[in-house]
Amino acid sequence: MARVGVFICHCGHNIASTVNVEEVVEFAKGLPGVAYAGHNLYSCSEEGLGSIKRSIAENRLDRVVVAACTPRTHEPLFRRACEQAGINKYLFEFVNIREHCSWIHTKEPREATEKAKKLVAMGVAKAALLEPQTEGESAVLPAAVVIGGGVSGLAAAASLVDQGIETHLVEASDRLGGLLAEVTTIGPEGTDARETVRGIVTRLEASPKAHIHLRSRVAEVKGFVGNFEVTVRGCDGDLKVPAGAIVVATGTKELVPTGEYGFGQRPEVVTQLELERRLARGERPRRVVFINCVGSRQPGREYCSRVCCNVTLKNALALAKASPDSRIHVIHRDIMSSGTAAERLYKEASESGVKFLRYGLERVPEVVAGRDGVEVLVYDETLEETVHLGADLVVLAVPMVPPGDSEATAKLLKVPRDKFGFFLEAHVKLRPVEFATDGVFICGSARWPVSARECIWQGMAAAAKASIPIKEGKVVIQAITAEVDPDKCAACGNCVLACPYEAIEVVERDGRRAAKVNEAQCKGCGTCVAACHNDAVSQKGFTSGQLSAMVDALVKAALEVPR
Amino acid sequence: MEKVVVIGGGIAGIQASLDLADRGFEVHLVERSPSIGGHMAQLDKTFPTNDCSMCILSPKMIMCADHANIKLHTYSEVQAVTGDFPRFRVAIREKARFVDVKRCTGCGDCIAKCPVKVPWEFEEGLAQRKAIYLPFPQAVPRKVTIDGERCRMIQSKKCGVCKKVCQAGAIDYDQKDSVVEVEAAAIVVATGFELMDATVMSQYGLGACKDVVTSLQLERILSASGPTGGHLARPSDHREPRKLAFVQCVGSRDAHSHGYCSSVCCMYATKESILAREHAPGLETAIFYMDMRATGKGFQEFVSRARQNYGVRYIRSRPAKVQSTADGTGALVNYETSGLTGESVTEEFDMLVLCPALIPPKGAKELSALLGVALDEDGFIDTPDISRPVDTSRKGVLACGFASGPIDIPDSVSQASAAAARAAELIEGGAK
Repeated sequence: MARVGVFICHCGHNIASTVNVEEVVEFAKGLPGVAYAGHNLYSCSEEGLGSIKRSIAENRLDRVVVAACTPRTHEPLFRRACEQAGINKYLFEFVNIREHCSWIHTKEPREATEKAKKLVAMGVAKAALLEPQTEGESAVLPAAVVIGGGVSGLAAAASLVDQGIETHLVEASDRLGGLLAEVTTIGPEGTDARETVRGIVTRLEASPKAHIHLRSRVAEVKGFVGNFEVTVRGCDGDLKVPAGAIVVATGTKELVPTGEYGFGQRPEVVTQLELERRLARGERPRRVVFINCVGSRQPGREYCSRVCCNVTLKNALALAKASPDSRIHVIHRDIMSSGTAAERLYKEASESGVKFLRYGLERVPEVVAGRDGVEVLVYDETLEETVHLGADLVVLAVPMVPPGDSEATAKLLKVPRDKFGFFLEAHVKLRPVEFATDGVFICGSARWPVSARECIWQGMAAAAKASIPIKEGKVVIQAITAEVDPDKCAACGNCVLACPYEAIEVVERDGRRAAKVNEAQCKGCGTCVAACHNDAVSQKGFTSGQLSAMVDALVKAALEVPR
Repeated sequence: MEKVVVIGGGIAGIQASLDLADRGFEVHLVERSPSIGGHMAQLDKTFPTNDCSMCILSPKMIMCADHANIKLHTYSEVQAVTGDFPRFRVAIREKARFVDVKRCTGCGDCIAKCPVKVPWEFEEGLAQRKAIYLPFPQAVPRKVTIDGERCRMIQSKKCGVCKKVCQAGAIDYDQKDSVVEVEAAAIVVATGFELMDATVMSQYGLGACKDVVTSLQLERILSASGPTGGHLARPSDHREPRKLAFVQCVGSRDAHSHGYCSSVCCMYATKESILAREHAPGLETAIFYMDMRATGKGFQEFVSRARQNYGVRYIRSRPAKVQSTADGTGALVNYETSGLTGESVTEEFDMLVLCPALIPPKGAKELSALLGVALDEDGFIDTPDISRPVDTSRKGVLACGFASGPIDIPDSVSQASAAAARAAELIEGGAK
């Protein structure tokens, strides 16, 4: 008979202000197999973990149930505590009574408490049937692939080779530097963009560990963390690159305006990138109107593209300084010059004669033909009147959008994107350069439009993450995977089709065909288990027996617990 | 094993330490308060997902404490740095806690019995702690500290209660500061920020009006573990406000104070206004602002949600004067409505929240002198080369997070990882 310990967490007030924790503890004491039940103010604190560990020893527990918050953040912590107290960490079961009870049923404390009891009963029933599991190890190939040769990819690759790691940089075009190679200076600092690109490329080219593949694309990605095989398709055919980790740095592109403000019809109306090209050619138009937020921060494309204000500011300032009789206007909705250097740039631009006018979405500016060039009609929100501005050039600050092939990249790597098509990181707050998929990392404007400085540090951050398994030389293979009973398997292949990670194949073993799971690739999602008609696939830690026991416990608790 | 000293135990220092430790370096994490966690530990939720701040931070704090390659030096300060890259000698002064941390179990019996009450830093002065205390419930390490300045026994030999009740025998009134020296190949500075003292801007009424609070005080009021148990209550009469306003750019974007933008206030004020409304249904909220800087992933949508679903009024105006009402509660806010026809109006709010400039923390100047690194004109650590975004003016000394300029949590986290990469490049790769 298992000896289960149950620990109910107050999570400060998060749980205890709604769920009657003491009552759940008393209920748990009466459940079959429970040798101990108690509660903690914060089970995740050192004191809480310490009390769990002490209780395991004092009560000779061999299974642990913690009813607290979410396994997503806290399961590893409690598993480790079990391990430290000498029991296999897979003999631990997490019950979420915060998200599932106290938070969602704030106004129904009684019902929330009864629900917590039922969930605890289910957790205990499952825990009693848990089996110890072991984690494996898998070697990590000592090389990395970086997809995208813009400034983020360059920074990632340069950092990797500087850390002594063999790195393949794959770039679709025939040159490195991406968008940054098309601009003059980088705002707000005013650094020379091409110099910056050249500096990183030089570092990279100086390293024997760097392999730059221009005019190349990633055609196929096989394998898993530590053991990828990336097919790089170039002009000379396919190259199979073995790699331990992959960094996605596929960047962004400027949105092409769809006729706003006469773009496409009037030669005087251009985008920021076109202005950059003209500035690079030495052109310095005298009367310039910048219109910000063209196609962004509006219904349909609600986001702020983050970098455009600073680009506008540095170009407006450069033009204002170019000639004493320059007339530079910036029409904007908010100036997003966050931080120190950008705010200084804004101030300097204002003091150098750049005029700022604020418009609202209710009355957007108009560009009409003028006597000389064009005229911009803008309803200024501060003056509360329409101002007429003559212009030789109208510069539209359009948002950055994902490049056309980002969907294909997402499919190749099996990584998610957000509703705008930018790649979706593992956690928006604390895992900004990681994907949920192990061994695949994200940086720069492929994730969200960011400045060159941010691209560079994110590239370095992705390199830091990628270097960890490569330098360690091995990764742990998770224990919760699917397994196939070859005696029951009909080799129908349903599970192979169902698996989103390509972790299953049908192989011949002892003269008969059966499905086989690659444990290093399996994420333990359970899709194959559901797809199998013959009950031949089961998931460690989630067996049919364990799940049935949970259902039985729920029914039993529902009959016993007064409603 | 090469060593790296990380200075500052907030989210940036924690992330840099974890990456460096996972990368195989021995990390010495130096934090001057008794626990790691930094400002993120004080926050109720984080924008724009309203993730519980402590819930996502606490696992990382514990990973730091448990990591075989990380040595925590809490309640400690860097006292001297000699040598150069790659052989810095860092002297770390571990301040006397008057508690034997090997014996202390963090049970809290001493705290319950201590007779001395002092304003609680973690609760931003809204509650009191004892002279022997844990900085907050989830502190790492979970070891009590005696505040020597306030302890009666240490000041005048008249008490000794904590020693009597401590069953672990952990109290040591004679403990002295000690100094440990670490030979480190690189140093990462992640010393974060502090709030400007907004009482100096007397027009906003902080200090003079009871119901004018700082944004960090409101975080604590909103927090389930905070002084009001998460109930939105104003300080004067502990009543739930019906009308709440925020003032942005208090001391920032201000030629007379700090010229720069603190970068995070627009978003946290939006978050706090959403949370306040969730805590007090029917609450009316307003945000006085200059530009609404919502430039990160999901930020603009967050602001739209605040506007549409939570009725937050965004008022583009900078209040001129704040006074309390005749009975000494609430806040009468005088401001000008926008536009040419703008007029001066005075609107009454039950409670007012100031979003002060976020500035380099106390001691930043002295620390930069010890380290031999240059500061920028705003007092943050200068990292001028955009190709080397975490390099300071001194080789082998790297900076990340708010220490080198205003930045939000995800950017601090990625910058911390970048600092780890740079340290690895310098130490292992012999990079320039």
